[in-house]
Amino acid sequence: MLTCKDFLSELSDYLDEKIDAELRAKLESHITECPNCWVIADTTRKTIQIYKGMEPYPIPPDVESRLMKALEKKMAAKQKPADSVRRT
Amino acid sequence: MAVSSLAGIDESALVVQARDGDTIAFGELVRRYEGKIFRLAQHVTQNREDAEDVLQETFMKAYEHLDQFKGDSKFYTWIVRIAVNQALMKLRRRKTDKSVSLDETIDTGEDTVVREIAAWGEDPEQQLSREELGGILDSAIQSLEPLYRSVFVLRDIEELSTEETAEALGLSVPAVKSRLLRARLQLREKLTRFFKRKGDDAFAYM
Repeated sequence: MLTCKDFLSELSDYLDEKIDAELRAKLESHITECPNCWVIADTTRKTIQIYKGMEPYPIPPDVESRLMKALEKKMAAKQKPADSVRRT
Repeated sequence: MAVSSLAGIDESALVVQARDGDTIAFGELVRRYEGKIFRLAQHVTQNREDAEDVLQETFMKAYEHLDQFKGDSKFYTWIVRIAVNQALMKLRRRKTDKSVSLDETIDTGEDTVVREIAAWGEDPEQQLSREELGGILDSAIQSLEPLYRSVFVLRDIEELSTEETAEALGLSVPAVKSRLLRARLQLREKLTRFFKRKGDDAFAYM
């Protein structure tokens, strides 16, 4: 029989679906009997989903323009005239 | 670098063009990933000024060392690795700040203890505005220790594999796994305070 502690130690691999069928069956039978572990698994899965769904904020325009300026300067310094063919 | 006619072009083709000295192709690669790299840098450094430095240094280094990129990993994974190194370096430099510790923490097992267990409502994040939700999620991440934070950000936000995360952070695969579990459990606990179903409080546990 799995204990709650055993269940917790496998939780990440369980949620990432990185475990074999035999262990999965044991974990699933544990959560049908243990409401606490069921809640932990469910809310941890939701936690991961919420973070995964987070789109990056658009980069602030001043940050973007400083980045582009710095890169243009660097590129101009590195470019040899023969290399500066632009393909679009 | 204002042309975006390259928007539909395959990443590996852009890398080849950029390596041949095509600055427009490199500009397109920057545009594709700057938002994610800036977010990653902000999460790891927790400091906007440092994050901006990390963003610039990452793409400068990528440009400089493009000929060393062999194409055996994705370009994105490669620049993430550069960004993480730069960000961790910033943290180490700020090490006089006692809250920043990148050293191995002693495993007492205490941080996997679950204190709050309560079911969440249906789609709790839908009840909040994007800004409110973003604020809650960011401050929860901020409260994690730097290495837990970095592992979580790379695995669950940037969606790198366990192996890629281990490589980027110079950790073993088991170390990534144990930190990821703790980070996930700690964040779950913090979010539960906001998202638990009303009237549905903790069971006694463990």
